[in-house]
Amino acid sequence: MLRIDCPWCGPRDETEFRYGGQADVFYPEDPSSLDDAAWAEYVFVRGNPKGWFAERWVHVAGCRRWFNTERHTVTYEFREAAP
Amino acid sequence: MSERSERTVRRSDETPEHPDFLWRDPEPRRHYDVVIVGAGGHGLATAYYLAKNHGITDVAVLERGWLAGGNMARNTTIIRSNYLWDESAAIYEHALKLWEGLEDDLGYPIRFSQRGVLNLAHNLGDVREGRRRVNANRLNGVDAEWLTPDEVKKVCPILNTSPDVRYPVLGATFQPRAGIAKHDYVAWGFARGAYQRGVDLIQNCEVHGFRRDGERVVGVETSRGFIGAGAVALSAAGHTSVLAEQLGFRLPLQSHPLQALVSELLEQVLDTVVMSNSVHVYVSQAHKGELVLGAGIDAYNGYGQRGSFHVIEQQMAAAVELFPIFSRAHVLRTWGGIVDVSPDASPIIGRAPVDGVYVNCGWGTGGFKATPGVGWVYADTIAHGRPHPLAEPFALERFVTGALIDEHGAAAVAH
Ligand SMILES: Cc1cc2nc3c(=O)[nH]c(=O)nc-3n(C[C@H](O)[C@H](O)[C@H](O)COP(=O)(O)OP(=O)(O)OC[C@H]3O[C@@H](n4cnc5c(N)ncnc54)[C@H](O)[C@@H]3O)c2cc1C
Ligand SMILES: [Zn+2]
Repeated sequence: MLRIDCPWCGPRDETEFRYGGQADVFYPEDPSSLDDAAWAEYVFVRGNPKGWFAERWVHVAGCRRWFNTERHTVTYEFREAAP
Repeated sequence: MSERSERTVRRSDETPEHPDFLWRDPEPRRHYDVVIVGAGGHGLATAYYLAKNHGITDVAVLERGWLAGGNMARNTTIIRSNYLWDESAAIYEHALKLWEGLEDDLGYPIRFSQRGVLNLAHNLGDVREGRRRVNANRLNGVDAEWLTPDEVKKVCPILNTSPDVRYPVLGATFQPRAGIAKHDYVAWGFARGAYQRGVDLIQNCEVHGFRRDGERVVGVETSRGFIGAGAVALSAAGHTSVLAEQLGFRLPLQSHPLQALVSELLEQVLDTVVMSNSVHVYVSQAHKGELVLGAGIDAYNGYGQRGSFHVIEQQMAAAVELFPIFSRAHVLRTWGGIVDVSPDASPIIGRAPVDGVYVNCGWGTGGFKATPGVGWVYADTIAHGRPHPLAEPFALERFVTGALIDEHGAAAVAH
C-alpha cells in the first residue's frame, strides 16, 4: 500500500485517497476553435510516462481536498510537485 | 530433417516427455521484412499467423526480457466471448473458435478447458445488464444463457446463493464454451510453431528507439544493435505508450498494475469459472489444484509489476463471501502485471500515425482470451497494409470520430 503525504493532514494510507490521474489538464481556453482531433486529445489522451509523473489525488476519507504531487511510476516513490 | 523441424524428445521416468528445446536463440540479423516488438502471446501469435496464413517468414519477434514473461505469464487465463457490443463479440468469438481448434493446429498441448463462465448478478442493474447481454450474445451467435439463483447453484454448488448475504446472487449469465487454458503452453506452442516456420525469436533485446527515412520507419534501435525492418508491429502491452512516445505520437492509454494470486494446491472443488463484477473477484481452479483469483486494476498508473496489498485484501473478502469454504485456504503467491487500459476498455488495432508502423494495444485486463484471434487479424492487417475487417472498428481513429466500443459501460468487462 502506498503512503501518501496529504499536504494538509500529513502521511496517510492509500486507502484514504482516490486517484485523479494526470495533473494540470485544463479545459481548452477557446473550445470553439478545437477540431475533432484536438477534442480527442483533450478528452481521451493523458500522459503515461515510465518515470516521474505529475498527478492528482484527493483525500476522500480525510480533509477531502485535492492536491498535486509527483510519483515515479516504476518505484512508486513520491516527491514534492514542482511549483 | 531441417534444424527447425521437431526434434526427438528425451525421455525421463519422472517427467512427461519434453523436447530439448522448442525454439533456438538466434543472433539478430540485420534486416527483416517484419519486426514485431514484444514476445507476449500476441506478438508470438502474430508471428505464427504471418508465417502460416501469409507465407511471411522473414520475421523477428524482439523481446526485452524472456519470452512470454510479461502479462502472458501473469494472467488468470479466462477465455470467453460474451461481450456486449457487436464489434467485440465478433473478434472475441473469432478467437474462441480458434481456441477450440488450437491444440490440433499447433500440435502442442495447451490444456484448453471449456468449463464455462458464470458472470454473477447482485443487484437489479446487474440483472438487467446480464439479460440484455445474453440477448445480444445470442443475436451474435455467441452461446449464452440466463440462470436463476437455483440454476447457478446447480452449476456451482459451492457458491453461496443464500438470499441473506450482503450482496446476494440474483442470477448469472452463463457461457458454457468459455474456459481457461495454460498460458505458458499457449506461448510455447505459438513460439515453436513460428520458429519452425522460420521466424527468429530474439530475447533480451529491448527496443529503445526507431529509425526513419522521411515519414517511413526503416528499423529499430535495440540493446543488440540496429535492426532494419520493412514494417514494425508493436505488441508491447503495458509498454506501448513508451514506444509510441519514441515514435512521436501519443495513445489514449494508461498503464496500470493488475494483480492476481493463487492458493496452495487443493482438491478439485470448482469446475467452472466464476466472475463477479459487483463484489469484484473472479476465480477458477487450475488443473493442478490451486485457486486462481483476480479482480480489478490498482487505481494509479504504474509500470512496477506490483500493486498495493489492500487490493488483494478486497478480492479475498469478496471471494470468501461468495465461497465460504475458501476461508481456510492460504494465499501462496501474489503478483502483478502492467496492463494498458484504453478509455472504452476496447483494444486499439491497426495502422499507426507513422508509415510502416502498426499498433496492437489497449487490451488492458482482458487480452489473453484474444490471443489467437488478435494474432490472426493483426497478421492479416500487417500482411495487406490495411485493417482486417474484424480489426477495422478498433482503429485509433475511433477516438476522433467518437465511434467508441464502450465495453466499460457494458459491464462484464474485466478479463
Ligand atoms: C494479473 C493479470 C490477470 C489477467 N487476467 C486475464 C484473464 O483472465 N483473461 C484475459 O483474457 N486476459 C487477462 N489479462 C490480460 C492479458 O494478460 C493481456 O491483455 C495480454 O497478455 C496482453 O498481450 P501479450 O500477451 O502480448 O502481453 P505481454 O505478455 O505483456 O507481452 C508484451 C511483451 O512486450 C515486451 N516489451 C515491452 N516493451 C518492449 C521493448 N521496448 N522492447 C522489446 N520488448 C518489449 C514485454 O517484455 C512483454 O513480454 C490479465 C493480465 C494480468 C496482468
Ligand atoms: Zn488531507
